[in-house]
Amino acid sequence: MPVNPALTERDFPPVAPYLVGREKVREFARAVLATASLHHDPEAARAAGFADVVAPPTFPIVVADATLTQLLAEPDAGIDFSRVVHGDQRFTYSRPIVAGDELTATLRVTSIKSLGGNSMITSETAMVDADGAHVVTSISTLVVRGDDA
Amino acid sequence: MSLLDGLEVGQVVAERSFPLTRDTLVRYAGASGDFNPIHYRDDVAAAVGLPGVLAHGMLTMGFAVQPVIDWLDARGWVSDYQVRFTRPVVVDRQIGAVVTVAARVGVLDDAGARIDLTATVGEQTVLGKAQVRVTAL
Repeated sequence: MPVNPALTERDFPPVAPYLVGREKVREFARAVLATASLHHDPEAARAAGFADVVAPPTFPIVVADATLTQLLAEPDAGIDFSRVVHGDQRFTYSRPIVAGDELTATLRVTSIKSLGGNSMITSETAMVDADGAHVVTSISTLVVRGDDA
Repeated sequence: MSLLDGLEVGQVVAERSFPLTRDTLVRYAGASGDFNPIHYRDDVAAAVGLPGVLAHGMLTMGFAVQPVIDWLDARGWVSDYQVRFTRPVVVDRQIGAVVTVAARVGVLDDAGARIDLTATVGEQTVLGKAQVRVTAL
């Protein structure tokens, strides 16, 4: 089943807010082999001008997980997750994420293309803070391999 | 010292090797919530036709930027970061894998600098168009 091109016209509701915890930032930092003190030590982060420990640049992928679930749950999406490969990824920030942020993510599917039997789905998940100000947008392209690919 | 002082396009600002083991992948699975078994089970990886257990692409993206963060040393922050996943990183159950990252100045402009990353396993590149925008704090 091909990926449903009508996904680009769909409005997805924001997912439940994600509260960024200090220990989660530290855990994620350890997992991506991040040793800089501003990811681990609140004092070091404050000395650099941040309210609390700073999340590593790829942390928004944790927050975006709920929007990926939302996309895959669309009954007519036509996305077989066992055939999905991550093609490319980008994070575009207005400011760094720090512990204490409450982020609300909203998904938008921006393009669906077919290429040699594969489908490429590009989506943007925009995340805003508790004041509604933009923090970061996660842009992902997923490649869904065709049946004979 | 300002972030951009003395920088030249093409200059290598940081370089580091990252030895990965299956433990690294399991830790990333737990921290990220990505429990796709192709990242820790040989039988599942083989069943879907992969050459072996693979590192999460997002793990590679996650550590590849760390040499830049260390080089920045709180003088700047990463305002934009993108990669293309061009080749999977196979992590052998016994010997693991080593990913070597080099960070070079790609562009210098009013907004700051663009640092371009190369990430290689042996002679093979595993990330394409890996670009990090750094902005002075």
